[in-house]
Amino acid sequence: MSGYGSDGQGTGEGGLLKIDRVSKVYSTGTFGGKLLTAVRDVSFEVKPGEVMSVIGESGSGKSTIGRMILRLSPITKGVISFNGTDISTLKRRALKRYRREVQGVFQDPFSSYNPIFKADRVFAMIKNEFFPGMSGPEWRNKIGLVLEAVTLDPTQVLHKYPHQLSGGQLQRLLIARALLLDIQFLVADEIISMLDASTRIDVLNLLADLKGRGLGIMFITHDLSLGNYISEKTVILRRGMIVEMGATEKVFGSPTHPYTKMLLASVPQIHRKWEEVAEELKVPDAVLIDREAAAKGAYETVSEILAPDADDSVLVETEPDHLVRFSPEEAREMEPSAVAGKSA
Amino acid sequence: MKKRAKPAAGEVAAIGTDAALPKSSVSTEPVVTPVEETPPEKKPVKAVSKTANMGALREMLYFAFRNRKLVIGLCLVLFFLLVAIIGPYLALHDPIYNIDGPSAHAPMLHGRYWLGTTPEGLDVFAQFVTGLKLAFVVGLIGGGLAAVIGTVVGFTAGYNGGIVDEVLNMLTNVILCMPVFVVLIVIAAFVHIKGPVPEALIIGMVTWPWAARALRSQTFSLSSREFVSLARLSGENSWKIIFKEIAPNVSSYLFMMFILLFGGAILTATTLDFIGLGPAGSITFGQMMLNAFNDSALLLGYWWWFIPPGLAVMLLVGGAYFMNVGLDEVFNPRLREM
Amino acid sequence: MSLQIENLRVYYRTLAGDVQALDGATFDIADGEIMGLAGESGCGKSTLGNGIISLSGRMKYVEGSVTLDSTELPIWDFGEMNRHRFKDLSIIPQYAMSALNPTRKIGKMVGQLLDSRGVRHKEYIPELKRRFELVGLSEDVLGMYPLELSGGMKQRAVMVISTLLNPSLLIADEITSALDVSTQKAVAEMLIEFRERGFVKSMIVITHDISILYQVADTILVMYAGKLAEKASAETIINSPRHPYTRLLISSLPEVGVTYAGKRLTGIAGTPPALLNPPEGCRFRDRCPFAYEKCLEEPPFIEVDPGHYTACWKEI
Repeated sequence: MSGYGSDGQGTGEGGLLKIDRVSKVYSTGTFGGKLLTAVRDVSFEVKPGEVMSVIGESGSGKSTIGRMILRLSPITKGVISFNGTDISTLKRRALKRYRREVQGVFQDPFSSYNPIFKADRVFAMIKNEFFPGMSGPEWRNKIGLVLEAVTLDPTQVLHKYPHQLSGGQLQRLLIARALLLDIQFLVADEIISMLDASTRIDVLNLLADLKGRGLGIMFITHDLSLGNYISEKTVILRRGMIVEMGATEKVFGSPTHPYTKMLLASVPQIHRKWEEVAEELKVPDAVLIDREAAAKGAYETVSEILAPDADDSVLVETEPDHLVRFSPEEAREMEPSAVAGKSA
Repeated sequence: MKKRAKPAAGEVAAIGTDAALPKSSVSTEPVVTPVEETPPEKKPVKAVSKTANMGALREMLYFAFRNRKLVIGLCLVLFFLLVAIIGPYLALHDPIYNIDGPSAHAPMLHGRYWLGTTPEGLDVFAQFVTGLKLAFVVGLIGGGLAAVIGTVVGFTAGYNGGIVDEVLNMLTNVILCMPVFVVLIVIAAFVHIKGPVPEALIIGMVTWPWAARALRSQTFSLSSREFVSLARLSGENSWKIIFKEIAPNVSSYLFMMFILLFGGAILTATTLDFIGLGPAGSITFGQMMLNAFNDSALLLGYWWWFIPPGLAVMLLVGGAYFMNVGLDEVFNPRLREM
Repeated sequence: MSLQIENLRVYYRTLAGDVQALDGATFDIADGEIMGLAGESGCGKSTLGNGIISLSGRMKYVEGSVTLDSTELPIWDFGEMNRHRFKDLSIIPQYAMSALNPTRKIGKMVGQLLDSRGVRHKEYIPELKRRFELVGLSEDVLGMYPLELSGGMKQRAVMVISTLLNPSLLIADEITSALDVSTQKAVAEMLIEFRERGFVKSMIVITHDISILYQVADTILVMYAGKLAEKASAETIINSPRHPYTRLLISSLPEVGVTYAGKRLTGIAGTPPALLNPPEGCRFRDRCPFAYEKCLEEPPFIEVDPGHYTACWKEI
């Protein structure tokens, strides 16, 4: 796979999408007084045909990473590279070519459509920008193909307004739109959360089928069971930092970081009660809620009780393809060879 | 509190059913047949109304012509427009140069002079028609200019945010806080306004801030919607996004904004003319009323010198504002009476 | 406490006719029972929950009775229901935490709420503070504006306020949907704790998330397209459901431990029928893999096993 950068040169190494020590800092307050770090030194890599789940609660920075990848938000520090090319260097024509390769689908299907136009206008927008010369019949054929790929019946979704279609149909239309461009990478930001239970699995299965065709997907969610279902790799984010990442079965199978354990213990599972899971994970109830401590000072969220990782904490490879964040002291206590050197 | 009786069981009155309405095309054949897609995620369950399949424009027109306020307002404005266009051909006498009119005569004297004459013997009707024409000119040019400036500033500030927004905001606030009338008076005192068009332009340049403000906040909230992100992902540049994605969503607001600016410009110009700062030599409503005031019309009981212009301004601007209220109901489905 | 609902029908008025959103609900809730009300969008669960306590606006009472603690509730009379609201039964409406008046401090809002119920609010402040502490909120919250509180805190405050007068029945409408997973757990566990401490006797917990119901509810009632599909204990609904809709629904839920590679789940093809002119007979018939001719006739919602009710010809 060769890169395509503005000078035509690319290295083709570094997988499909590579995020290298990326940070995002916002200046808030009037005239930018205060600083807010939404994403802190995040690094990971997605390969073609791979789904990576990025899991986090609100304020974890997961959507911010997605927007930076899509070039909707500028990167403060670090490098995001696609097929070996740094995406912040792309301008105009090169940027447009980037858009042919990387697209996104967002959480709220109803907000993603301009309410006064028909839903299939999103296809027309793509044609105007990327396929201006294509003939009518050829374009219609192309649309037919992508609609088939997302299992939508053209007679039921074309020429309709967004309010006449269901959330599931709208989301699938958005995926079809991305497919029109023959993309290599898709950012799916909480695309399932606003859908009904019976349509969720259909859209999830669709993503899994697409990955089988070589698409790389970044699946952003707060719902661990969804991430578990379709992803090979998982990244757990907390307050902008990665606390645990690696192969999905290792992260979920042997969760090591207290935050990951707390998340797993809090997810309502359909065949196991909370007490069962908490006991198995050996998560003491004190971690889950400390009423007295809470009453003394009304804290933000339940997971606040868990002290956040310090700025100097590091990611340590506890086993192949499984990294966990530890404090420097804890890291030193472990075998020196285990420290992967991926400092925060 | 009066207790309501329990409704009798089985009382199911279907309101507004129309036999001609398309029935839900859910198949009643047994077993698995494709069901017409309905949006289950919306609640309450979507009803199929007469306007469900119409485009947004047609739906709007449907409601527009059923709205009393809009129709009445529109009729008033169109009536005056008609008079302004046809009037000059009906006026038999020149408004400024007297030919042979008797002075200060009541209306309909000898069948001529429909609105009587001024102390100088000028035909009030002819003056009225000229004034009306100039009122429209001022309204359209002044209101139009203010609308253009307000739109550009509002969109740019709202979409871009950041430093651009800060600067434009400051500009808007400065002009907003200026006492507009005082400024207009000062300008008029130093720069002799040569005619109604320069007057309209000056009015246009100082009355846009509230419109820019309102449009900016609308643009802000629209820019944060996902369909704008999607447009950026589709490769559209900023200007395209503003005009193709955002503007159509605020088109109703732009329309209403223009109508308000139109009415406001006429009022402002009339007031300026009335206090003597308007263009000399042209006959506008304000001028007519000023003349009437100077010539003690009220004392003398010569109502035809000030009632026609005053009433016309009131009805014209009032009609425009009335249209606006009606339009608000048409554009905003939630205000419509069901 | 006990709640009996008999053939309740609530429709929505629209320009085009009546949408039959809730079409004949009959069930009981026993003292101390937490019943989960589950279903997808448009199934009528919110109509049921809101209809019992605040039937107003577009909603139209058609027929049926709601009996709470042997008293029939006059749900068709919005004004009369005021005597019962907040004291005998209470609701935490959907989006309650976003509906807090942003310009009013929490303490002031509670004061006004109690005054409007004819209750001397000064008497209840100590109890209110005690309950806040129980759920992990400091009493400083009373002096704060809603803006200063996080989602979880607001939700907990709303829960305490809604149950201040110890109602017999609490209706909780999607109270966990907009929360982070860790806060969801705290809020759900709080429901059980409220019952334990006697703040509330029974509850109806409305949600689309069945897994939360498995954790906290005693029984689950599943609705589909305005009708009741199945009611049974939570264990039974999850592990041995009988109605085809429930079975398909449960089997379409991903869970930790299940992967696509391991076991591909399937959803339910098609979409629910429009309720403006609903189809004859069983409303799930068009999507049901087991449908046959008898399904053209509406199946009754009856007890097929002790405590297990369902509306399906195949199961009767």
